[in-house]
Amino acid sequence: MSTGITETDDDSTETQTQAVGAARAAGDVYSEMTSEEIEAANEQSRRRTRELVEEADHTVELKVFRFDPEVPEKEEPRFDTFRVPFSKGMTVLDALMWARDQYDSSLTFRHSCRQAVCGSDALFVNGKQRLGCKTQVADLADSGVPETVRIEPLPHAEVVKDLVVDMEHFYDQMESVEPYFQDEDTPDGLEEQYQSRENREKVKMSTRCIWCGACMSSCNIAAGNNDYLGPAAINKAYRFAMDEREGDELTEHRLNIIEQEHGVWRCQTQFSCTEVCPKDIPLTEHIQELKREAVKSNLKFW
Amino acid sequence: MHEHDVIVVGGGGAGLRAAIAAHEEDADVAIVTKLHPVRSHTGAAEGGINAALREGDDPKDHAYDTMKGSDYLGDAPAIETLCEMSPEETIQLEHWGMPFSREDDGRVSQRPFGGLSFPRTTYAGAETGHHLLHTMYEQVVKRGITVYDEFYVTELATTDHPDPEERECHGCIAYDIKSGDLVGFEASGGVILATGGDGQAFDHTTNAVANTGDGLAMAYRAGVPVEDPEFVQFHPTTLPSTGVLISEGVRGEGGILYNGEGERFMFEHGYANNDGELASRDVVSRAELTEVNEGRGIDDEYVYLDMRHLGEERVVDRLENILHLAEDFEGVDGLEEAMPVKPGQHYHMGGIETDENGHTCIDGLYAAGECACVSVHGSNRLGGNALPELIVFGSRAGSHAAGGDIGKARIPTGPSARTEDETGLDTPVSPGAIDQPDPDAVADGGAVAANPTATVKQTLEGERRRVDEMMERDGINHAEIRSDLQDAMTQSVNVFREKEGIQDALEAIRDCRERYQNVAVDDPSRTFNTDLLHTIETRNLIDVAETIALGALAREEFRGAHWRAEHQARDDEDWLKHTMVAWNDGEPDLYYTDVLLDGEEKTYEPKIRSY
Repeated sequence: MSTGITETDDDSTETQTQAVGAARAAGDVYSEMTSEEIEAANEQSRRRTRELVEEADHTVELKVFRFDPEVPEKEEPRFDTFRVPFSKGMTVLDALMWARDQYDSSLTFRHSCRQAVCGSDALFVNGKQRLGCKTQVADLADSGVPETVRIEPLPHAEVVKDLVVDMEHFYDQMESVEPYFQDEDTPDGLEEQYQSRENREKVKMSTRCIWCGACMSSCNIAAGNNDYLGPAAINKAYRFAMDEREGDELTEHRLNIIEQEHGVWRCQTQFSCTEVCPKDIPLTEHIQELKREAVKSNLKFW
Repeated sequence: MHEHDVIVVGGGGAGLRAAIAAHEEDADVAIVTKLHPVRSHTGAAEGGINAALREGDDPKDHAYDTMKGSDYLGDAPAIETLCEMSPEETIQLEHWGMPFSREDDGRVSQRPFGGLSFPRTTYAGAETGHHLLHTMYEQVVKRGITVYDEFYVTELATTDHPDPEERECHGCIAYDIKSGDLVGFEASGGVILATGGDGQAFDHTTNAVANTGDGLAMAYRAGVPVEDPEFVQFHPTTLPSTGVLISEGVRGEGGILYNGEGERFMFEHGYANNDGELASRDVVSRAELTEVNEGRGIDDEYVYLDMRHLGEERVVDRLENILHLAEDFEGVDGLEEAMPVKPGQHYHMGGIETDENGHTCIDGLYAAGECACVSVHGSNRLGGNALPELIVFGSRAGSHAAGGDIGKARIPTGPSARTEDETGLDTPVSPGAIDQPDPDAVADGGAVAANPTATVKQTLEGERRRVDEMMERDGINHAEIRSDLQDAMTQSVNVFREKEGIQDALEAIRDCRERYQNVAVDDPSRTFNTDLLHTIETRNLIDVAETIALGALAREEFRGAHWRAEHQARDDEDWLKHTMVAWNDGEPDLYYTDVLLDGEEKTYEPKIRSY
């Protein structure tokens, strides 16, 4: 022991004989678990999982896509089934986490905030792009609890492992539209740039994008044409092109970017991106508006 | 091996701001982060940024409010730095295009927040953090700053010296999540930890799954003291089923709290006769739990937060995001019904001890943001003070690590700042390492190498051995250990604390630590092995939880967020001091340092804190 912290040595004898830590405090040395003890602990965990499933009023069956290029039995994509106890308010992400923590710690998916703002867990759930954390399991049935929920990685993206897809192409497209505010003459010091409430309102929805990639995955055009900027990147361009704090010259420059060969004109207004966007961004409308702006801007030079 | 002047660990608000500042000093800076930057939990911050921008407001008033809110455990040089720099840093974000909410005249909007004497909380809807995070990431892209995303930093490369103040940090080791390679990063200027919160040490938290206190645990084991770890903020308005945060902005705009009997209890039961719902967060959290404990809650669990009277137009204009959160995560329409809320772990005031330049006592090691403790928040953070902390101290740490001249710090750090020992702490079990020396601790017989590169290489070898062992052996899974740890912390080191409960928690933590000696990673793959990643995180959570519980046991008074059943008053005579928990090569050492109440122009005299 160091200078600061002394152990209890006289009182609470009762707890000392029960807790592992207290035994050490009383002078015993910690010893590693034997392989029998490890097996017993793991068997106990499995038994507890079985009990939780058996005791549950309702359960739901997850059919989850599995793939791992490095593990022989997962090299060939397959679906695994996990039976999970259902509780009111349970999201698809909750169910996946339960399956991972109780059955198979190798079950792999991205997730972080659990509240639809980090954009990590866009998945293909029952055939539609959705955020796992924002999708209530109960909403996947007409009434009651769904029998089965099918969970796959986002289509039209390379699968890294299980439900994880490679996002590099998505990020590249996002970053190709100069996705940053560019100022012509920023005021000095504490002076702010003014923006009308109307203009802020105009860009508001476009600024809500969380880069989840659901829109890109749902888009037929993007699926067939890797060079297409895609809805999210065009929306990002919209966010700046419509912001009155950037001057006219920059707006012009931005319209040139989205008007390129693989820009806005590729969009065939199928609205699939708008349908799946978890932040309700009117992506197709934004793309259409940029088309109109581009036309107007071109006419100016005729 | 990757080499840069400055390495920033973490891609949230503090990390991005630090990287931009270092870049502005012409440093070669890289961000190493376990999540892509836009996934960081800064994005979940809702309320706003406190900044004295307007006529009638003054950074001095902001400083006074912050000191009072801290219950006089903040350090004046840190608080004054925060309040003086916040206006310029906030306007900087506006200049970078952040979509703030606007007044009719086109200026950025500000609103009232708890504990503030002026409506100075600058906001962008109820999603201020999302916009701050994305705006700064945009600036990182603009500058072409290198980002190693989905690289999980597992350990710091620090030299070995008996005295932490003589140690040097030369880099870190990261696990490339996609490829499974362990990679060394060497930093000639410095490593800045900006890893955020550690709410996963509790089971009901507003924090993300990724907020596992990695930076705090690594700095602690490298020898940097953890300052005031016992001070954990429990936010009064989180949704009961998930812990999702309902912004203080709701109360700032006029939202009202009711108990199960329809009473506006903040006033009717005398918790805060002047400020009511807008009292400081710790005050409101205790009031809610008292209502529930005395049988006036709903379902013995929560109270109601009502914003219906604000009207649809105002709610949609200023709090629209709250409607979505209540609907998606609690199934409640905030325009039609009151929302159920209860306190949940939200923010760690304590953290890695730094000075106002973000520097720790280890040469070349910095920390900024929630993982750090400068300390501006003392025993309780005011709403709207976390985001300015990210940008102000992120910026300062970045500049300083890149060699910028931002002045000499006034706050002393490291064991030499010790003013008093703790000699009688009554712990039921030994805290700290199980093996001596602990193989996970860098400074313990680890890197004794002669030069920086060799230090990184040697640490890398150690990490490879650690990971290989966990991958190859048979053992138990970490998930149950993590879950038991979270339960113990929420059970006994929560809003209400008492000695026996905290001791029980320490025993439970020790039990978790011993079981952790037997963990193994079941997933055999090197590709995207989150089993391995989460297993390493759990070790960090154990260290974090233990510092919190030790500090909570030691501090025998009631100050700010720290409430003790046996000690129902703030005790300035004995406890106007910072708690420091040092790893001390595996045998934790608890001591105290002075609180600095002398500001540039005046001394902050502790007063009774009432709202």
